[in-house]
Parts: sequence; C-alpha cells; structure tokens
Amino acid sequence: MSSVTAAQKAKSASFFNNITRVLRENIREYGMFIALFAIMIIFTITTEGTFISSRNIVNLVNQAGYIAVLAVGMTLVIVIRHIDLSVGFLGGFLGAIAAIGMVQWGLPVWIVIPMTMALGVVAGILTAFLVAELGIPAFVASLAGWLIYRGAILVVTEATGTIIIPDETFAAIGNGFIPDIQMGAFLPERHKLTLILGLVAMVALVISEIRSRSKKMEYNFDVLPTDVFVLKLAFLSTIIGGIAWLLSGYQGLSWTAVVVLLVVAVYHFVTTQTVLGRHIYAVGGNPEAAELSGIDVKKITYIVFGSMGMLSALSGMLFASRLRSATTTAGTLWELDAIAAAYVGGVSAAGGVGKVVGSIIGALVMMSLTSGMNLMGIGISYQYMVRGAVLAAAVIFDVATRNRGK
Amino acid sequence: MANPLLEMRNITKTFPGVKALSDVSFEVGEGEIHCLVGENGAGKSTLMKVLSGVYPHGEYTGEILINGMEQIFRNIRDSEKAGIAIIYQELALVPEMTVYENIFLANEIRKGPLVDWNETVKRAGEVVKRVGLDVNPAAKIKTLGVGKQQLVEIAKALSKDVKILILDEPTSALNEGDSENLLNLLRDLKSHGVTSILISHKLKEVIAIADKVTVLRDGQTICTLDAHKGEVNEPVLIKHMVGREINNIYPKREHVRSDEVLFEVKNWSAYNPALGRTILKDVNFHVCKGEIVGLAGLMGSGRTELALSIFGNPDKYRIEGELTIRGEKKRFNHPSQAIRAGVAYVTEDRKGDGLILIQDVKQNITIANLREISNRGVIDSNAEIQVADHYTKSLNIKTPSIEQIVQNLSGGNQQKVSLGKWLFVKPDVLILDEPTRGIDVGAKFEIYTIMNRLVEQGMCIIMISSELPEVLGMSDRVYVVSSGIIAGEMPIEEATQEKIMNLATN
Repeated sequence: MSSVTAAQKAKSASFFNNITRVLRENIREYGMFIALFAIMIIFTITTEGTFISSRNIVNLVNQAGYIAVLAVGMTLVIVIRHIDLSVGFLGGFLGAIAAIGMVQWGLPVWIVIPMTMALGVVAGILTAFLVAELGIPAFVASLAGWLIYRGAILVVTEATGTIIIPDETFAAIGNGFIPDIQMGAFLPERHKLTLILGLVAMVALVISEIRSRSKKMEYNFDVLPTDVFVLKLAFLSTIIGGIAWLLSGYQGLSWTAVVVLLVVAVYHFVTTQTVLGRHIYAVGGNPEAAELSGIDVKKITYIVFGSMGMLSALSGMLFASRLRSATTTAGTLWELDAIAAAYVGGVSAAGGVGKVVGSIIGALVMMSLTSGMNLMGIGISYQYMVRGAVLAAAVIFDVATRNRGK
Repeated sequence: MANPLLEMRNITKTFPGVKALSDVSFEVGEGEIHCLVGENGAGKSTLMKVLSGVYPHGEYTGEILINGMEQIFRNIRDSEKAGIAIIYQELALVPEMTVYENIFLANEIRKGPLVDWNETVKRAGEVVKRVGLDVNPAAKIKTLGVGKQQLVEIAKALSKDVKILILDEPTSALNEGDSENLLNLLRDLKSHGVTSILISHKLKEVIAIADKVTVLRDGQTICTLDAHKGEVNEPVLIKHMVGREINNIYPKREHVRSDEVLFEVKNWSAYNPALGRTILKDVNFHVCKGEIVGLAGLMGSGRTELALSIFGNPDKYRIEGELTIRGEKKRFNHPSQAIRAGVAYVTEDRKGDGLILIQDVKQNITIANLREISNRGVIDSNAEIQVADHYTKSLNIKTPSIEQIVQNLSGGNQQKVSLGKWLFVKPDVLILDEPTRGIDVGAKFEIYTIMNRLVEQGMCIIMISSELPEVLGMSDRVYVVSSGIIAGEMPIEEATQEKIMNLATN
C-alpha cells in the first residue's frame, strides 16, 4: 500500500511542480488574469457578495464599455510607439455630433452610426498626417487635438447645452439587452440566450485550444503539460460559464457587451492572424527594420490612428447612448483611463509589445476597482490614489518580469 | 617573483540557464598589450564586464587581484577607482554635448558646488592632445567621425588616470587608416606605462600589436600565447578559437564569366538633403548572373548609401541616373518596390535596422514576404512554420526553436536569420552589407558557403565589405568606392590589397 501512496504522491507533486513552473514561466501573460481574479474575490468578500451580484457585474461591464473600446485602439497606438491624447474629447465631440445628427438633422440611427465612425477615422488620419508626414511627436500632435476637440464640444453644445437623445434604438446600445428565447418552464428566472451563448463560447474555446495544442505538438513546439492544460481549460471554461451564469441572472448580455466583444474579437484576430497585424508589431518592434523589410511605416501609422479615431467615435456613442444625451463634459479624462488600462494590460512603451486582450483585462481591472470601492463606500479621493497605486504596481510587475519572460 | 598587474582567478559566471564563464583565469603584466580573442559567445565581453564591475562582486565566483591585492568591485565606479577603464563597442558618448563635456562627464572638475568650466576646457585640451586628436574641445560629438569619437572615449579614460584600458572591438567600426592610428596610440600609451586589454575579431590587428594573446572558447581559457616567443600567428589563433583546423576560410568556387547582365546602374548620382551634399556621383556598375561583386572601400565612402539608394531609397535622397534589372528600366520609391522587383538588402547593422530583436526567429524570417504565406491578408500559420523550419535547417541556424526570440541568439545566428529573411523573398540580386561583421570564424565560413551556393543557383550578389581578405577571398570582380565615386574596377585575378587600398584612399 505504501507504494501506491508514494506513486500518488509523486504524481500530485509533479502536477503541482508543473503548475508552479508554468505559472512562473508565463507570469507575464497570466499575471493580469490572476490580478483581476484576486480583485474580484477581495471585493466580493468586502462587500459581502454585492460585488459579484448579477446586477453589479452587468453594470460594471456596461460602465467599462466605452473605456474598453478606447483601450483596444490605444494598445495599437502605443505598440507603434506613439500616443493619442485626443481620443477622449474626440469621443465626446463625436458623441455630440451623433446626437445632433439624430435630434437636429433628423437622420436615422443606421446612418448616424457609420457617419460618426467615418468622421472618427478622418480625425485619426489628421493626427496621423501630422505624425507621419510632418514628423511632429504624437504627444504634441494629439495634445493639439485634445484642445481643439474640447473646444469643439463646447461650440456644438453652446446653443442647447446637454442634448437629449430620444431615439430608443440608439439608447438601447448603452442600456439594452439582447432578447431572450422562451423555453417554457425551463430556467424561468434565467436569461436563456445568454446561457446558450456562454456555452457556445466555452465549446469554441475548448475546441480551438485543443486544435492549436495538437498542431503545436505536431511541430514539436513547447506545449503545456497535459494536466496543466486541462486545468487551464477548466479554469477558463469556469470563468466564461460563471460570467454567463451571472449575467443571465439579471437581464442577460447587454448590447454594450456585445459591441465590446465584437471589437475585441475583430482586433484580436487582426493583430494575431493577419499580415496587417504582423506589420503593426514589426513597426513597433523596429521601425527602421520594418521600413527596410518593405513595410510602409507611414501607411501603418495612418491605419492605426485611423482605427483609433473610429474607436473614439464608437466610444463617444456608447457613452452618449448610455446617458441618453450628449453632455458638455463628455470625454473628460477618457484618454488617460484608456492609457492606464493599456499599461495595466501589459503594453510596453518601448513599442512592439502588447495584446488587445490584455488591455481589455486592464480596463476591467480599473473598472472593477472603481465599482468595488464605490460599493464599499470609499471616497473618490482615495479611489484615485488606489487606482494610481495599482497602475504603478502593474507596470512595476511588468518591468520586473520582462527579463524573465525572455 | 613580482605579482602581475592584474590577475583574475577561477572566474565563474552563470546566467539563468547558461554558464558564460567557467573557471577562467587570466593574467596581464604591467605595460603589456594583451589581446583577448575567441568566437562570439566565448565569454570575452562577459569577462571584461566582471573586471569592470558591471557584474558586481557576488554575482560571480573567483577573485580579481591587482598588484596582488584582492579587489571587490561593487560597481563601475569602484573599478574606475582601481584604475580600470572600459571602452565598449557601442560608444558611450552624448552626441549633443561637446568634447570637453563628454570627457569629464560624471567626473566633473568642481570649484565648490559648481563646475569649473575653464579648468575643464584646459584639461580636456591636454588630454585630447595626448591621444593625438586634432579637434576643438568645444566641438559637439555628433560632428565627429566614428574614429575621432573613439579617440575621445580614450581621452575620457585617460583623464581618469587609467592603469588598465580595456577596449572591446575598438576597430570594428573604423576604417583602415583610423584603425592604424588607434593601434599606434595604444603602442604610444604602452610606452607611457598604460596597460591595455584589447578584444578583437581582427586577427591581423591582434598579431600586429599583441604582446600576449589569451584565447577563450565556450567560457573557458584555452591558452595564453606570447608574441615575443613567436607563438602568435593566424592559423594557430584560429585553431585555438574554433578548436578545429579551418584550412581555407574562403570556400572555393569556380569564378564564372557570364555575360548575362542581371543588374546595372548607370550615371547614378544621389544628393542627401538631410546632409545637404552629394553623396554619390556618376556611379556605373553592373553585376552578372552567378557573380559575386565586391564593393570595397573605406567606411563612409558611400557604399551603404549606394545600396540604400538602389534599394527603394528609404532615406529619400534625390537620385539621378538609370537602374536596370535584366535590361528593364526600374524606379523604386520604397523598399517594397525593390523587393518585388527581386532585390534584397541585408543591412550592415542587423541589430539596428535588420532584425526585430523582440520577435522570434519565425516572425523575423517571414516579415519581408508575408504575402507568400497568407491568403487574403490572413497568415497561414502552418505555411509560416514550414518556411521558418526550412530556412533554419538550410542555413543551419542554431536555435532551440523557431519560436526563440532573436535577441537571445548569438551574432552569427542572428546574421543567418537576417539572411534567411532575405532569401525567403527569393531575390535575383542580393546585396550583402558587411555580411560577416562581428561574427565568429565558424559562422563566417558557413555564410561564405551559403553565398557560394546561392550564386551557383544563378543569383547575383553585391557584397559590401571593409575586410580586404574577405573581398579578395569571395569576389569574382571588385569595384572600389571612394568618396561617392567608383574609383576603380578589377577582375579578381588582378586585385590585391595594395591596389584596392590605393584606390580607396585616393
């Protein structure tokens, strides 16, 4: 019998060794997930469960939406070694333009949304022109934009002040939820379509992870040990399932969450699977080498700033939709929240490093802090300090683990 | 018996996963010029970083003794106090500051809390004279050439009463004339009692100047040779460095005499608006199928500029003249157009503008030709892996995996990655700019072999090189570039080092 227990012990020991080794080797990648998880657990305890309630999680996702969208675009801007400070007020301004389009010009929603996003692209291209053609540092060029769009918001809202948007379709983007399907007596208290989508996401994740792992094994690349791999799948599935379950307990998946998920999916795909994505990271990693490799660095600059402008427009509309109005102060400090989210998410100012998914996690971390501290009744003054400390800690962690990650 | 000036005993230094130095011992006598040679990754630079306090006491095991006294260096300042100064391959000068500011940087001459600028300028003038440098101490560093900057670095070291001067590859960026000056300066300093340790890949230079040579290989001391006993010569050094005999570092190839001109430029002139001067004037040259053409000349003679002006002109020179590929006139406004027309350019500075160091081998190899492994803009990761695998194997790139970050590879393997990247664009005309700079003898031989294989397959190669033996060993034909013009052309049979140097310096 002693031999059996010894073998079992050895097996469980190697399992834990595997886990600690994998965690240590990938600490950079998993660090943010662990941090997010820890923050959520802490707030769940300190708020006696209110934080993790369906209603709060749904609200949190909806509140994080407009910053998350900006953080995705900002990731790419920082990856190519630039910065865009104009995004906040540009978003606010374009939100106001969307409101004016609907209220004063009587345009339908389905025209206003693409029109506003197109204007965002134009604004981004203007910044890119200053940066790429005239060689003006992005910090300065976008600071100019910051001032100009700040003024522009005041100009367009001067006559009316806050513009109320009565359009219900538009308001649904920031406040509405995806419809449910009727299944009679089956789980009457739950939002079934959200659960189904969660299940689909879970299955898709498992299949794609298994496929990519077996492909890597075919080429003799390093893969996670089987036990750790299974644990990782179980962990991720639990998170997806848990979130779907939580959301389904309130009103289900919100349209804001759908928009954010779509943006993340598209940007994740572009950055990881396409030639364009590779070119963006090459420009960030070494612009001179990229140019000599035949990559048009200027073109990439235009594309990245153009996409940033488009996402600013989207962000502004998400915000306006949520408030059902365009206000004179919309856009204040958004750019810094987006930059902070990107840095918390592991983007490197040296360029060429940073993932879209990381920045989304970064945005969730920052928004969880706000939400959790609000629930705990912590004053706004201390909230700023805590968020500042978390930002500093995240970057310190990033720098400290960078050399080990190599 | 007197103690040697410097003694390093049983130095062992490990990095995570690698033993960079294992039990290395190293002795330098007073007033000696001691050369340290070895392949890349042999541990030369690591050893010197231990000596100069970059890796502080405690991060390595073993002892350092100066005049028999044990030294504990916690940082660079400690080693400087003991009279050790190190000059790196990459110069550590501030380009926007003047010569005198640089010389006394972090060692300012003070009058109370303030800097005594008058004394600084005066002392800088003295020390600049001592290294034989004829510049105004008030000139900004960025206005000086690399050779002069190197001398400023040495002046800076001398201003600190240096006893042991360490130079890491000081001549790798210098032309022959500047290199010769530098070696003469070391001889002069030696006669004034300064001991030098010189790390160099240029064996000719080592042979010319060394009193003693220590060879390192794979982090171990192989031997110390005494030049005054006639122990130092090239075959012996190479043998100890690589641990095997290389009979001919330039693999043999039949010299082709094809008349099929693949690539030609005529009356090619370029004006650099950033510098405000003409950098190339009426350049005419051609390359035939299966031919290696050497572009010899001094550093700064315009060879790299010529290559760039051909390769899509990324620096935006104003160009006149005609460029033809297979008789067809071409005009490139961006490197991407040159690549599509079958031209590839392997840069001289693989770390600066060649590779993306933070990306892996696979990504670096495919970056210039993603079009071929993608479908409607989406990369086919299987195809990418196969391509990377193919070039890793055929070029013998030593890497644990094609997913290894390029930064972690040795210089020679980085160069092969760079070469692989450009072979994957399947060029007809391959421009190699200093293809073997800073890489070890074994890797050089492999690169030469690859070059021979490529021209046998019908590619043509334009090889820019500052190493005359390489030009003579590899080329079918040689052009000599001097001050932006073609100063001469000769078939390899007529080319000699003297002839080339004559043309290059006139």
